[in-house]
Amino acid sequence: MSEALPAWSLPASAVDRIGITIDWPDRVTREWAWAGSTGAGVRVCILDSGVEPDHPRVGPLARSLVVTVRGDEVFVDEDAEGDLAGHGTACAGIVRSLAPDCELTSVRVLGAGFTGSGRVLLEGLRWAVTEGFDVINMSLSTTKKEFASVLHELADAAYFRRTVLVASAHNMPVESFPWRFSSVVSVGSHELPDPLAFFANPSPPVEFYARGMDVEVAWLGGATIRSTGNSFATPHLSGICALVLAKHPELAPFQLKNVLYLTATNVGGGL
Amino acid sequence: MSEELRAAAAAGVLSVEQGYRTLLQAIVEVARAIFGARASSIFLLDEEADELVFEAVTGEGSESLLGTRLPSSTGIAGWVLSARTPLVLDDVSQDPRFARDVAEQTGYVPDRLMAVPLLHEERALGVLQVLDRTGERFSLEEMELLGLFAAQAAVALDLLQRARRARAALDGADDELAVVARLAAAVDARAEGDREAALALLSALERVLRA
Repeated sequence: MSEALPAWSLPASAVDRIGITIDWPDRVTREWAWAGSTGAGVRVCILDSGVEPDHPRVGPLARSLVVTVRGDEVFVDEDAEGDLAGHGTACAGIVRSLAPDCELTSVRVLGAGFTGSGRVLLEGLRWAVTEGFDVINMSLSTTKKEFASVLHELADAAYFRRTVLVASAHNMPVESFPWRFSSVVSVGSHELPDPLAFFANPSPPVEFYARGMDVEVAWLGGATIRSTGNSFATPHLSGICALVLAKHPELAPFQLKNVLYLTATNVGGGL
Repeated sequence: MSEELRAAAAAGVLSVEQGYRTLLQAIVEVARAIFGARASSIFLLDEEADELVFEAVTGEGSESLLGTRLPSSTGIAGWVLSARTPLVLDDVSQDPRFARDVAEQTGYVPDRLMAVPLLHEERALGVLQVLDRTGERFSLEEMELLGLFAAQAAVALDLLQRARRARAALDGADDELAVVARLAAAVDARAEGDREAALALLSALERVLRA
């Protein structure tokens, strides 16, 4: 937009400038949504345990960064450690398998053994939202209530900045964040082996189910393992988001979520 | 009077510790039966020592393992504890997180396992493992079932830890009111018939003190 629009009201003189042009088809189908897309041009952030460089299932990374907090100071530095846990590499490999030409950036907020502090997680997310990625894959959550309100603010900030935050539901019936917030796309698992099968859940807070059972995923040392969990369902949906956004970059998160709904396997998927 | 002593006195806690251990043992036995597994165990995280302790075991190698300690980051259990998420492996030998050497020391090396963290409020208290279940490929329904067991085990583990803290407080207490908690525990430990006489005596003492 060439000229800034007023934020709090719409004067008659500004009506001509607020036109939004998206060509919506009569029916939103998978064909319209992502056929022919490879995810090219879409920037995806893997907020996780790092990503192993040059893993055959992941390919090149745009950047690899690590977040550290010392006192009140936050540092986001180039990271040479790769992945200390395997989890981030697994997520990156899944996104890559669906959106082969997307741009992947690793932001490491977890260390060896998948451990990390809530503060580092928050600051990593804050950095990623500020950086303006198109998609942030967050296959992790925190049960610490003290972080909930800041996570909520960051999730809302992402939503309005056109960054889609795709977040794993917890694998157990416990309260954790940020997947419970309505401004994110939350993901649980289904049992089908089809990576493009995903379901809209009419009974949130888990909004979508994607492939998460017995998935062959990239792991440390160039290896692959089979694994189950919402952590692996989430990057399937992130990959699908990347495909849609590459073809329709004008979509804001709420529109993208609607496209996901309309193309879900149990709604209009396969049409 | 410290918070632990107050709790100890209120619960007559000295005698309940064994009850919570029995509950944990029952949980692993039911989990083993329901999943048709060869073994099941519960680890408690000892935060001070940063170790996992076998707190309840059933099945293969169960006798010798109770009380055995491992560094808290060991193997699949350590990963599950820190990741706070369940893990299901149909072939542990393929997984780099599996600590084969530690499993061999326990005298039993599983092929398949399910492990789930025991989460209570914001803390991870330990890990429940189910080893070598029989039957078909693992399903998401089983993961949900495991989560339900974990919720139950986490409550039992929390109560056990509270009882132990209370006992430690009583054992070491020079608080003059610690005697009240010890009296409560002593009364609670008496057989049903003897308890009435003890309670009558205490009631009489109470009347004297209030006079």
